[in-house]
Amino acid sequence: MDLSGQLFQLLCSGLTLGGIYALIALALVTTFNITGVLNMAQGEFLALGALLAASLCAAGASLPLAFVIAVAALALLGGLLERSAIHPARHAPGLIQIIITISLSISLRGLALLIWGTEPVALPAFSGGGPLLVLGAAVNPQSLWILGLVALAVVGLHGFFELTYTGKVFRACEINRTGARLVGINPAALSCLAFAGSGALGAAAGIFITPVTLATYDMGFLLGVKGCVAAIIGGLNSAGGAVLGGLLLGILEAFGAGLVSSGLKDALSLLVLMGVLLWRPEGLIGAVAGRKV
Amino acid sequence: MLEIIGLKVNHGWVRALQDISLSVHKGEMVAVIGSNGAGKSTLLGALAGLYKPAGGRILLNGRPVTGKPAEYMVRQGVSLVPERREIFNSLSVLDNLLLGAYHHYRALRDAVREDVKRVLDLFPALRGRERDSAGTLSGGLQQMLAIGRALMARPSLLLLDEPSSGLAPLVVREIMAALAGLKQTGMTIILVEQNTAAALKVTDRALVIERGRIVLSGCSADLLNNPRVQQAYLGRVRAVRPAAAL
Repeated sequence: MDLSGQLFQLLCSGLTLGGIYALIALALVTTFNITGVLNMAQGEFLALGALLAASLCAAGASLPLAFVIAVAALALLGGLLERSAIHPARHAPGLIQIIITISLSISLRGLALLIWGTEPVALPAFSGGGPLLVLGAAVNPQSLWILGLVALAVVGLHGFFELTYTGKVFRACEINRTGARLVGINPAALSCLAFAGSGALGAAAGIFITPVTLATYDMGFLLGVKGCVAAIIGGLNSAGGAVLGGLLLGILEAFGAGLVSSGLKDALSLLVLMGVLLWRPEGLIGAVAGRKV
Repeated sequence: MLEIIGLKVNHGWVRALQDISLSVHKGEMVAVIGSNGAGKSTLLGALAGLYKPAGGRILLNGRPVTGKPAEYMVRQGVSLVPERREIFNSLSVLDNLLLGAYHHYRALRDAVREDVKRVLDLFPALRGRERDSAGTLSGGLQQMLAIGRALMARPSLLLLDEPSSGLAPLVVREIMAALAGLKQTGMTIILVEQNTAAALKVTDRALVIERGRIVLSGCSADLLNNPRVQQAYLGRVRAVRPAAAL
């Protein structure tokens, strides 16, 4: 393979990796903007969804059925966790709420370890056939599925928030919580729905990436951290920024690993995070929040 | 329609309202006047469900609503237009109005469209700006939008917190005229206002709050001519301390 083919190969790998980060970042940002809580257990939603779907498939369920059941179960789990752990601390400072979500992340990982053990589990690829040859690079068809899910999530969320009344109710809550309460919107109910939605999106992302990466009980930790980095790079108040941050991070990691050293992969994302926090703390396309002084 | 008995509200350790008792009849328009920090906005906040009272009772049409949250109070027909307006800046004017009808939007979709037309008739300056972001409007138009959004909830009790604050005299006149028009429809209104003269001219009754207590109440026309109110709030005589004057 010549250099341009190698570079295109790295770009394809980076986009696949970035697509995964983008999905996690998108769920994080959407939940954060509606509830004000940065959910550090988002990666665990992804892991649990993948593990549950793999178990269902192993038990004889078809892949689409396993997908629907796992997504619904994680939506339910997201809502339940919000009611039981986040809602009681809704008046607590943001730092306390983040610590609660970190403890949720540790608990869910422990639960996954107890149920599924340490062995990786697999899901079949969504479409058969070998890699597709594009411009000299071999592209895994599952990567196209992942990027398709990113596109669907972006378009779906954009359409929901911009075109539907319910979406505007969510946005009203995000823009001005007091104003929302004064028109009769109950932000606590929306917070529960936001966590349910992030559970569903996390599970879907986990199921889409498992044919490429396999699923393990602790897969969510690092992916959750990378998703968080992607969200901060893009700007915590911007869904578009989350996707951009995720894709950029994935491409950077792929090129760093491919052209310099694979050991640099994780360090690179943290270096980028530090650079963004120093140079542009509001993120690449995030808006600076006003503060009354 | 509204009965407040011995209402107390604290902000942390500070008592903001002390033994407030008040009756407001259906169709009445009542002004609440007082100096900065007297507790006027706190009173409206407590009635709208934004602050939990530390004591006392609030009855709405004979039913206890003390300490109920804002979202419940909107469903009971109580709408607040807060001093900071709290509009949804990045949503359009039309979306702001439609969200004002949140609790009956799905059941009465056609009626909601009619209500939007009524609000635009009440504030013609908003007409033609329906698709603009609320945050791009001038202060006066934002205030009209905030009042219009509150009206979209079809309130039986409208609470207005300093609707003239920071606005040009011409806009204040327009807003006061709209409020007088609303009063003609039989809506019950409580108006907190720093612009004492304007408030006393459009309301039936007024009360003066100082340091969290009602220190004076009566017919607005009488208070407008009350020398002590004139001294303290209308600047007719050299300034004296409001509480001392009353």
